Amino acid sequence: MSLVFAGVCSHGPGITGRKAMADSDDVSSLYAAMDGMRQAIEASRPDALVVIAAEHFANFFMNNMPAYCIGMGEEYEGPIEDPAWLGIPRTQVPGAPDLSRRLIEHTLQEVDVAYAQEWKFDHGIMVPLHFLTPRYDLPIIPVNINCQGPPITPLHRAWAFGQALRRACDAVPERIALVGTGGISHWPATPDSGKINEAWDRDFLERWARNDRERLLEYTDEQTYFEAGQGGFEIRTFIAVSGATEGCSATVHYYRPIPIFAVGCTVGIVNLAGQS
Amino acid sequence: MSLYYLQKLLYQLNREPELQQAFFADRDQVLAKYKLDAEELAAVKKPDIGMLYILGVNGQILMHYAAMCGYAWPEYIQAMRDALAEHGNVRAGLYVTTDGKGAI
Repeated sequence: MSLVFAGVCSHGPGITGRKAMADSDDVSSLYAAMDGMRQAIEASRPDALVVIAAEHFANFFMNNMPAYCIGMGEEYEGPIEDPAWLGIPRTQVPGAPDLSRRLIEHTLQEVDVAYAQEWKFDHGIMVPLHFLTPRYDLPIIPVNINCQGPPITPLHRAWAFGQALRRACDAVPERIALVGTGGISHWPATPDSGKINEAWDRDFLERWARNDRERLLEYTDEQTYFEAGQGGFEIRTFIAVSGATEGCSATVHYYRPIPIFAVGCTVGIVNLAGQS
Repeated sequence: MSLYYLQKLLYQLNREPELQQAFFADRDQVLAKYKLDAEELAAVKKPDIGMLYILGVNGQILMHYAAMCGYAWPEYIQAMRDALAEHGNVRAGLYVTTDGKGAI
């Protein structure tokens, strides 16, 4: 089969952990948008959900940092953070090791990826799953792009990784949903937490919605750091989804800067029906 | 300056409950296994979350140690802002060029 769903969403820990500190309309509108994404995923009847995330030193550290890693576990546990801090109970999440192995083997034809049979999910995956698979009954295949500890992979490689992952999905019979999750501009967990460059975000999302490869890949990390903070490095997850859905436009269903969530909260879905 | 080992200590505390228990039972015994200088040791033991930020600890690691030490989110943010006012800019790591002013 191939991709039956592709989209992007935010994953800031404040979305669940600081819900009580947020404006009620911000909470209800974002939660409704995430629930809309859940419904779209369920309607696509996937056999597994691949989550391209940008984890935050939960599994990978500077002693041995892979640029790209794909999970191959029977199951995963999350959140690694204090469940009370994140507002998400700790749970087991099913994996799909056989499918993972085949996707990894195909992806390796084009891009060198690491794999991991153990993986503790942090908020970068648990916040999306909390909304998108709230019963934790859909097998998950975690994918990580190092967006935290420079040196980090160039943007054009994130695009190429997305393309390779797509071709891997095309080569297996399962129905696969794909979600990329990251921030756009944000300065998370720093004194600048809550700062959001809305104009930068909207410009990026316009490029993302048009699947505009040239304009998506023209950012430099220096420019991104200056204009969009270190959290802006996570655009790699969105760009990988664009690479995986090359030629398809997308719709941004929700965007709202919510400072207490420390990010411009986003829900976007790729229009796969128009794919060639 | 041994930012790598300072961050490694906090990374491991964040993901290993047994190490957390050992650390809070006997900090010195755990800290002896890491190559930290006197300033880093003092900041970890106090704990001085703001100073750990100044020393260059990545916020994605630091915020969990702060929560582990009982800091509520606004207290964590304020600790870093206070430290910037007291000590000046971040000395190493990813945030060396941050303006530290914040938006909220």
